[in-house]
Amino acid sequence: MQDSIASALSLDSVSCTFPGRDGVPYTAVREASVAVADGEFVSLVGPTGCGKSTLLNVAAGLLAPGAGEVSVFGRRLTGLNRHAGYLFQTDALLPWRTALDNVALGLQLRSTPKGESAARANDWLRRVGLAAHRGKYPHELSGGMRKRVALAQTLILDPKMLLMDEPFSALDVQTRSLMENELLGLWSQDRKSVLFVTHDLEEAISLSDRVVVLSAGPASRPIAEFAIDLPRPRDVAEIRLTPRFVELHTTIWQALREEVLKTYAQEESAA
Amino acid sequence: MRSKLLPLYQAALLLALFLLWDVLTRTGILPPFFFGQPLRVLERVWEWFSTGKIYPHLGVTLLETVLAFAIGTIAGLVVGLWLALSPTASSLLDPYIKAFNAMPRVILAPIFAVWFGLGIWSKVLLGVTLVFFVVFFSVYHGVREVSPVVLSNARMLGASRRQLLRFVYIPSATAWVFSSLHTAVGMAFVGAVVGEYLGSAKGVGYLILQAEGVFDINTVFAGVLVLTIFALILDRAVTVAERHLLRWRPGNIAGGL
Repeated sequence: MQDSIASALSLDSVSCTFPGRDGVPYTAVREASVAVADGEFVSLVGPTGCGKSTLLNVAAGLLAPGAGEVSVFGRRLTGLNRHAGYLFQTDALLPWRTALDNVALGLQLRSTPKGESAARANDWLRRVGLAAHRGKYPHELSGGMRKRVALAQTLILDPKMLLMDEPFSALDVQTRSLMENELLGLWSQDRKSVLFVTHDLEEAISLSDRVVVLSAGPASRPIAEFAIDLPRPRDVAEIRLTPRFVELHTTIWQALREEVLKTYAQEESAA
Repeated sequence: MRSKLLPLYQAALLLALFLLWDVLTRTGILPPFFFGQPLRVLERVWEWFSTGKIYPHLGVTLLETVLAFAIGTIAGLVVGLWLALSPTASSLLDPYIKAFNAMPRVILAPIFAVWFGLGIWSKVLLGVTLVFFVVFFSVYHGVREVSPVVLSNARMLGASRRQLLRFVYIPSATAWVFSSLHTAVGMAFVGAVVGEYLGSAKGVGYLILQAEGVFDINTVFAGVLVLTIFALILDRAVTVAERHLLRWRPGNIAGGL
């Protein structure tokens, strides 16, 4: 798994420090190493504010690490990660473009002929079940629909890896498990490498091949990782009821709980 | 007050004000010499339009207004985008922008008259200095408030710097421009009319100035009335364009104030 040649993405001893309040620098992550093999679905879980999103931004090339190295398919990453599609936690659609134009955006940026990009965008909208809503603007769509548009917007470019930052955290429980199943369905078609950030352990286990637990921030880093040997294809709602899931959940939660409690303690003392 | 009768009430209020004006001046509570008489004012407006005497003047004033509005808006948009995206230029020019904005720019009218003569360009330029800052500030703040997530998303989808400008900054700034255009229309009118008032041979401002010279207060009011109506028409045109271009905005009902 950690073999750098087989890795689609590897973060090697990455540290990120930000200029904090009162001039005291804040170290979000220190010496963090994470690798994602080609075609592997890896989740990062950790208490809130533990630098999960920071690691994702580093992997995307949106943020240059203060120390350490990032490589993508064996090559050192400089600038943006051109192999990656990024799904953001908050709404990232262009509000002045319709669903169709949002999905076609990436193709348009690559100067794809208009007819072709519209046809492919229509096809993707159909695949995420939004063919009837192609002419609507983001504010006219529900939260789940916007996530589907964002998913289509990213997947239409066929990236080799997906970086996902708690993409479903703002959705209600039912929509959320629908979207998770949909994601798994799309993923299983061509097995992209996925780095999925979440604070929800159940979501992490039900989706992933491997779950990496991060320590509480500041200066967080991976402290444990667990292979998820649940059979695929999975149904995220049903798999949560299997004994193996419960077993894995109990094991991982023991590692995670301590970190969550640390975060609580910090917040208590800060308050 | 979202009743269908609302426009009716609004018209009734206008009528009531005219009636009050009429009664007060007719009974001599307000001296007609200083306050004019609404019927005479309307008569004058009618005469202007029926004889066609107003058209050349109105044409000049509207041309000045539209030119000032267009040039000022485009300049404000371009400079606003440029300064918002270039921290070096913006920090260098910051004190100058603030100084120009703080300056009472109407005072520039005589200088422009000297530089550009008594034709339309001195008025257009005065209007431009007024319109420019209104648009400039809203674009400048608008660009700085583009959602960083939307920007990152566009970059991850492959947008170059130039494409970010075209696909993210300009559409986003357009929304902010429109929020300022209603004020800008009024400013363009102020520039044109004040410029004419201070020195010209044509225009509604010139008509008002002439009438004032002979204490013809009714004609002054007629000029003000005509200007107000045309300012409202231009404002309405902005609203229509806004409705069309900003369909994507949540809650864009573009009604009321």
